[in-house]
Amino acid sequence: MEQRKKCKALVTSQTRLTADIFSMWLQFPEEQNAAAAAVPGQFISMYSADGSRLLPRPISICDMDCEGRWLRVVYRLAGQGTEEFSKLRPGSIIEVIAPLGNGFDRREGKSILIGGGIGIPPMLALAKSLPGEVSVVLGYRDKELFLSDEFYPYAKVYIATEDGSVGTKGNVIDAILNNALSADQIYACGPVPMLRGVKLYAREHRIPAQISMEEKMACGIGACLACVCESRAKDAHSNVHNKRVCKDGPVFAAEEIEI
Amino acid sequence: MNLSVDFAGVTMKNPVTTASGTFGSGLEYSEFVDLNRLGAVTTKGVANIPWQGNPTPRICETYGGMLNAVGLQNPGIDLFLERDIPFLKQYDTRIIVNVCGKSVQDYIEVVERLAEAEADLLEINISCPNVKAGGLAFGQDPRQVEKITSQIKAAAKQPVIMKLTPNVTDIAEVARAAEAGGADAISLINTLTGMKIDVHRRCFALANKTGGLSGPAVKPVAVRMVYQAAHAVQIPVLGMGGISNAEDALEFIMAGATMVAVGTANFHNPSATVEVIQGLEQFMRENGVSDIRELIGCVK
Repeated sequence: MEQRKKCKALVTSQTRLTADIFSMWLQFPEEQNAAAAAVPGQFISMYSADGSRLLPRPISICDMDCEGRWLRVVYRLAGQGTEEFSKLRPGSIIEVIAPLGNGFDRREGKSILIGGGIGIPPMLALAKSLPGEVSVVLGYRDKELFLSDEFYPYAKVYIATEDGSVGTKGNVIDAILNNALSADQIYACGPVPMLRGVKLYAREHRIPAQISMEEKMACGIGACLACVCESRAKDAHSNVHNKRVCKDGPVFAAEEIEI
Repeated sequence: MNLSVDFAGVTMKNPVTTASGTFGSGLEYSEFVDLNRLGAVTTKGVANIPWQGNPTPRICETYGGMLNAVGLQNPGIDLFLERDIPFLKQYDTRIIVNVCGKSVQDYIEVVERLAEAEADLLEINISCPNVKAGGLAFGQDPRQVEKITSQIKAAAKQPVIMKLTPNVTDIAEVARAAEAGGADAISLINTLTGMKIDVHRRCFALANKTGGLSGPAVKPVAVRMVYQAAHAVQIPVLGMGGISNAEDALEFIMAGATMVAVGTANFHNPSATVEVIQGLEQFMRENGVSDIRELIGCVK
């Protein structure tokens, strides 16, 4: 059997979207075209070139172009690893494993996509690929928006800001209520308090919801059991009430996870 | 060119295995590694019943290493016997089953359940820093080490490797205690207890506050301890602690290890185990070494 391995991806562009958010396109070699296998909601493991930083950084896939063998990641500066990535220029090589994890189960009908902060990027690839009517609700801290313009061709866009500087003042649920949105399913990615709110909203309105979780990872492939989240039922693999975010997720049905 | 070694009476095609807890039971890594290439797969620790493990965050990166406090989450021996052993039996590699417990009785229960299983060796984890009971508590006291080793030996059908903690004053004394208890081999080092503080959030980086340090940062400590332990006992030593490439592995072998384990490096490079084996072959070719056994303990 042909073994998978780390892959050398070519950085083809790097753009700063806000003070601490960057957008990078990566091109994959022909024999390891990760873009062909990728679906919205999956992530990639990005490795530092500095040997003092051992662990891969899991970053969600924001966009993809199968024919061009491109994947796009939009990431936030969170420490030295992402700072190193942000300094890569077109022509640089970065080691990655891609794609990893399970993406969103894309369904027919009316969808609400909810992204909070750095949970917004995976919603772009999803918005582009959903068959039905799509509304996107994006939550930001303040008027320093990013990516929101790129959603307009694919979705009705609603914005919530904590300080009220753009759109609804408050959180993403406030924006949904304000705009009287309804849907057959909800897809969400963002901080845990937001996901908790989404889960509650979805349950009250009897709408199936898929949520994408985040947790500190080591291996990224399901072996080390670092990135677990609590599951409602006993998980078949772990035999306890834990699921692996990297391997069983990062996308879960909201009702199967305790948050 | 010979890479095979005899380890506690078991022939290994090469001296390279995986460090427990970094490789699951091989299923996930089999996508990246041809398991047939490995001398042995050492499985993640298994207990008599399923363990939930610690709260998250369970890991954090540190300079040249990482801290983990997974807390030995495992599916329990029943599911392990039903699923993990049959999976590994599909491959031409030896199986080292790592055993954990909170009491002597826990360990013995698992060891007895493994008696009929197709496992080649047992590695007994008396050195985990991340669980409150058992684990480290056994491994730091030489008298306890000798006692638990002899109790496990009395119940075990396979050769027994006692996995030692580096969190002791005198590793030679602990190694001798394991040998006196009847251990067939020892493995070391388990992780060094450490701590990281997130200064921005003013909190511990790990939910467990402390965790086990592993990775290249610990390697010089590990080489020193393997050297001391190998010189203290007659039984073979399985050396580990920060091995990322063949040169690292050779340091341990020359210090006295008959086998070596690749751990944290798997997270940085899922192909690390196979690359270590290839690097050992290359070193032997380039240096005219016909038998790897010539190198074991060659640096006195």
